[in-house]
Amino acid sequence: MRHFLTILSHEIRMLLVSASTYIAAVLFLAVMGFIFAGVLENYSKAAQETSPATVFFQLFWLPVFFMVPLLTMKCISEERRLGTLETLLTAPVTTAEVVLGKYFASYFLYLLLWASTGGFFYILHRFAGDLRFLDLGPLLGGYLFIAISGLFFVALGVLASSLSRNQAVAGILAFTLLFALIIGLNYASSLEMMNLDSMKPARAILDYARTFRHLDDFSHGVIDTREVLFYLSGTVLALIFSILGVEAKRLHS
Amino acid sequence: MSADLPAIEVRDLVKTYAGVTAVNKVSFTVARGEILGFLGPNGAGKSTTMRILTGYLPANSGQVTVCGLSVATHSDEVKNFIGYMPENNPLPDDMRVSEYLHYRGRLKGLSRGKLGVRLDEVLDLCDLKRVRHRIIGTLSKGFRQRVGIAEAILAEPPVIIMDEPTIGLDPHQILIVRDLIASLRGRMTVIISSHILPEIEMTCDRVLIINQGRVVTQGAPADLRREVFGHSRYELEIAGDTAAALPAALVRIEPTLHIADAGEPDAAGFRKLSLTTVRDDDLGETLLRALAADERFRLRALNRVQPSLEDVFLASTRRGWDAVDAPKGASK
Repeated sequence: MRHFLTILSHEIRMLLVSASTYIAAVLFLAVMGFIFAGVLENYSKAAQETSPATVFFQLFWLPVFFMVPLLTMKCISEERRLGTLETLLTAPVTTAEVVLGKYFASYFLYLLLWASTGGFFYILHRFAGDLRFLDLGPLLGGYLFIAISGLFFVALGVLASSLSRNQAVAGILAFTLLFALIIGLNYASSLEMMNLDSMKPARAILDYARTFRHLDDFSHGVIDTREVLFYLSGTVLALIFSILGVEAKRLHS
Repeated sequence: MSADLPAIEVRDLVKTYAGVTAVNKVSFTVARGEILGFLGPNGAGKSTTMRILTGYLPANSGQVTVCGLSVATHSDEVKNFIGYMPENNPLPDDMRVSEYLHYRGRLKGLSRGKLGVRLDEVLDLCDLKRVRHRIIGTLSKGFRQRVGIAEAILAEPPVIIMDEPTIGLDPHQILIVRDLIASLRGRMTVIISSHILPEIEMTCDRVLIINQGRVVTQGAPADLRREVFGHSRYELEIAGDTAAALPAALVRIEPTLHIADAGEPDAAGFRKLSLTTVRDDDLGETLLRALAADERFRLRALNRVQPSLEDVFLASTRRGWDAVDAPKGASK
């Protein structure tokens, strides 16, 4: 892991000097600001039971669906298409170092983008002057959920990127994987069929893996280690498959 | 890593892709400080062999050792010994030259302090000082090629492998690259592949010709000429009784000398003849004296023909069109 930090700092640098990062950030903040303004408008019309932060984070999947594929689709497939993966892997670095370096750089940017939405809450706090709007519990819980689930989401994006030399294919694949994980599981667990007694084990599994339930728990301040473990094990698995994917493509190139 | 060990030793290397044998029982050794030229038509297995040497591709069977270490079992250590420039020289388009070389130097384990000095040295050596702050994507092909070479020699590895380093360069740039490679002679072991035969002939100590995955022939360019043609050739323009009297006169000079080819006489009665002999040393002077002294002949020109590496290459990789068109697997 000698070169992990070299690759990580290089990747972060490249992300920070590239124009596309800033375009993505501006668009991300525009969309999120729009959502946030919409949430606040509801509050101005009628009293609501939950805090704005809870409602805001309920919509986490929307930016995840387009930001994660955009951030990660380039990382390995672009290098493979250009052929620079060959120069990179013939330097004294291991595939694991390359994949982890790229993964953590993308994750860093993902966190940075989400952290910038903290500005919305600061503005709300500054100008609303009503502390009830800023319930610290759901806010911190929400960000913690974003940070922990982001590990898995970004890892899925890196996995998709390691499987194709075409960025577009990698992007669509990442989107599909995320969609299946977030919406697909949620939908499957709400099927009528799942109420059958014989489906009880399947129901338990689906319920365990439901992202929306995790979000509820986190924003209520319940940090369940089983849920943390779900994301961590998923991350490790996705990264191992990414490393294997890069290796397999190299061996069969 | 003792000094008498060859830098690279390849034994019975075999690599197949989905049933097609790209490299078939290739064996060769490269001594320390030697410059080896890799020659072969497209698809001969040059790039595949080079990739196996760097540890990027695994071989199906055979043994490759670099500086005494097996590539298959010690690939991480071996990577430290090799500076590699792949085919088409892929470079990131969105980095500056010095930035890229710095990053690569760090990856190759150079410390920050040492890297600064070495970077200046390499930029100077490859004549890249003027463009060190330019973005690689905006550079011309010649500069890009030199960035690739600078990257390969950056960490001063004992072995440098370059896949077609002079492709797409103009004659002036080729000259610079040739001098650059020649300057590494003795210090580093260099393997280059090329289609440009005079290039190889001028820079390389030894040439390895590979065709359809097999080593056809190897040796110093001069030895190859002898080996492939087995004789020296002379061309002369001569008038007189060449048909009857000349062969006998030639045999008196040198028993193996005979006429291989004779042209039509021109207006002044001179014909172009080409003579061959198995003697390696220069017979030019003896030939000239003997024929000039002989009153039956009038000699106008005498010339010893040096077969170029191109002739060697063509002769040793000659193949019929059917062999080219047939699928590779079937031709075995």
